[in-house]
Amino acid sequence: MGDGRLEVDAVSKRYGDVVALDALSFEVRAGELFGFVGSNGAGKTTAMRIILGVVTADAGQVRYDGAPLTLRTRRRIGYMPEERGLYPKMKVAEQLHYLAQLHGLGPAAARRAVARWTERLGVAARRDDEVQKLSLGNQQRVQLAAALVHDPVVLVLDEPFSGLDPVAVDVMSEVLRERRAAGVPVVFSSHQLDLVERLCDRVGIVRAGRMVACGPVDELRAGGGGRLVVDAPDAPAGWADGLAGVRVRGRDGSRTVLELGPGADDQAVLRAALASGPVREFHPRRPSLGELFRDVVRAGDDVVGAGDRVVGDGDDVVSDGDLVGADGE
Amino acid sequence: MPTVNEGAERDERDGELGAGRVLRLVAGREIGTRLRSRAFQITTALFVVAIAASVLVTTAVGGSSAQRVGVTAVDGTQAAAIGAAARSLDADVEVRTYADAAAGRQAVLDGDIDALVLVAPAAAEVGAGGVGATGGGYRVVVDSDLGDSLTSVLTVAARQAALEGQISALGGDPATVGRAVASAGVAVTALRPQPERDAARLVLGLLAGGLIYISLLIFGPVVAQSVIEEKTSRVVELLLAVIRPWQLMAGKVVGIGVVALGQLVLIGVVGVGLGLATGELDIPAGVAVGSVALALLWYLVGFTMYALMFAAAGALVSRQEDAGGVTAPMIATILIPYVLGISVLPSSPDSGLILTLAIIPLFAPILMPMVIGIGSAAVWQVLLALALTLAWIAVLVWLAGRVYGNAVKRSGTRVALRDALRAA
Repeated sequence: MGDGRLEVDAVSKRYGDVVALDALSFEVRAGELFGFVGSNGAGKTTAMRIILGVVTADAGQVRYDGAPLTLRTRRRIGYMPEERGLYPKMKVAEQLHYLAQLHGLGPAAARRAVARWTERLGVAARRDDEVQKLSLGNQQRVQLAAALVHDPVVLVLDEPFSGLDPVAVDVMSEVLRERRAAGVPVVFSSHQLDLVERLCDRVGIVRAGRMVACGPVDELRAGGGGRLVVDAPDAPAGWADGLAGVRVRGRDGSRTVLELGPGADDQAVLRAALASGPVREFHPRRPSLGELFRDVVRAGDDVVGAGDRVVGDGDDVVSDGDLVGADGE
Repeated sequence: MPTVNEGAERDERDGELGAGRVLRLVAGREIGTRLRSRAFQITTALFVVAIAASVLVTTAVGGSSAQRVGVTAVDGTQAAAIGAAARSLDADVEVRTYADAAAGRQAVLDGDIDALVLVAPAAAEVGAGGVGATGGGYRVVVDSDLGDSLTSVLTVAARQAALEGQISALGGDPATVGRAVASAGVAVTALRPQPERDAARLVLGLLAGGLIYISLLIFGPVVAQSVIEEKTSRVVELLLAVIRPWQLMAGKVVGIGVVALGQLVLIGVVGVGLGLATGELDIPAGVAVGSVALALLWYLVGFTMYALMFAAAGALVSRQEDAGGVTAPMIATILIPYVLGISVLPSSPDSGLILTLAIIPLFAPILMPMVIGIGSAAVWQVLLALALTLAWIAVLVWLAGRVYGNAVKRSGTRVALRDALRAA
């Protein structure tokens, strides 16, 4: 095919009785930023580790450019693991030089790449310091440099924004956009949904090892249940209860955010609000990615309640991957 | 593939990294890290200093090197007498002749000789009887004092001279008496003769085994630590995305092995070199070098064997604190042969127990160099031990590779050995 696409095709993985991934599929096109979101334990990290071949899938396939990934093609992927991994006692430049060469660069090219990326990510002054002597933020920058130093044609970043200060978040965002502009498929996971919403072309929401929603952010938001914001200062608490198809999703001062189910009548809501007193504000709003995410997760819980045999809902039931330990957040 | 290149020239092979280059990269990193480690630098320096000091101190204290005695030309006949006395006492004495007493004194002051012997003429002049006149005593001029062994030699020589004087005085021929005395001796018939053992070879054998023991004890755990460090820091995940587990493990073993062998060679060269130069090592240089070469061969075999086991053991745990638990069995198998070797071999170099144990692969790298050094191992025993050890290494390459490959990606609690062997 040769279109530089990263495809995850029906990948499954189970650990004993625990299903970590259940025929998970998604694709990231060349020059596309793909946001991978889901609760802890939903399977994001396992999926990324399978892409990198650190974990072997029970079934399914990962392809790049139409061909299954091999050790050779994986050398051209830039990877940032969830559990940050660098030699603590090795100097920054030496470490990056070593990793660049393991990814296939010659010694001279590796040296130039190290100089360029340490400069670009603002750690050039720390090149000769041991990694363990750097602040966490700077270690994170070095980690990103390690993912970029061999000029990867695919980027897979697990939680690249966690633990970054706002300046570093800007640098990271800029670099990701730049890589996208260079035609690289970029996939990253994050819990910072506002960031995902702002940066990504497409988003995939994974739940219990399955892709439950996947598409452009706008499309997903348009498809979610509509929100209605009503500002009725004199309305008593619970004024909207009992309206057909309406769910109260939150209160913010005198404002109430309502979710309208299919067939709900927004005019009935307006009448109920006016009955309580003056109405200062009344407008429909599309759900944010965060709201959408919560909807999807909650809907999934209902499904579990309905007897679907899936494991790993919520925040902490299944450890992501076989790295049992800190959740990395 | 689309090019997204903005100046980073990739290897023309484009990600095609040969196993050889991967091994060189991994081993190179390991070597660099070890050589820069403060602990390694300090232990190496201490080792070299210790071995050099022990050789030099033994030389200075033991003084097995030749002692020099001067005589004046007038007393020239005493040179043979002193030499004979020295031989009878098994002492190494060199006799030099000086023109006169003044020259001899100067030689003592200059440190050229340890003692100047003058046949006492004083007694004859005093005329206290024939005894003195016939050369009864020696006057010995020394710088500050006369060593014990020289005192004995000179005493024997002086008494011999006095005896000969008396024999002459009584009308006998000292030479005839001397021959008669010399031919009288003790004829020993051993019913169960022991092959002759050279003490120096025993020392060399024990030293070789001891050094191998210490080096295995230092660098075996270093292999485990290095594996655990990569697990603890999670860098292993980054590495295993691009290289195979066996490449990482093999590169590590090779890298640390090169450093360990280098340290041992340095110690061996300094130790044997100084030993031969000072004459402390009283065996032919060829034998010494041969023993060292054989010991290094055994070290190489032993390190490979133990490093594989330490690497696999290290992969089972994720924290340095847990290293002790998984490496204890190997530490024990290194310790046991050494302790047995140094406690049994000095008294019974031909111990059947030790020779049997030396054929077992786990013990061979420490015990074999000991018995080879001593000279009690038959060639077939050495070859059998080598073949068995190499076979065990071949098994270990597979076994350790499997355990390492399966366990190294799993962090958290200790991985059970059974799971690591089974899991795909």
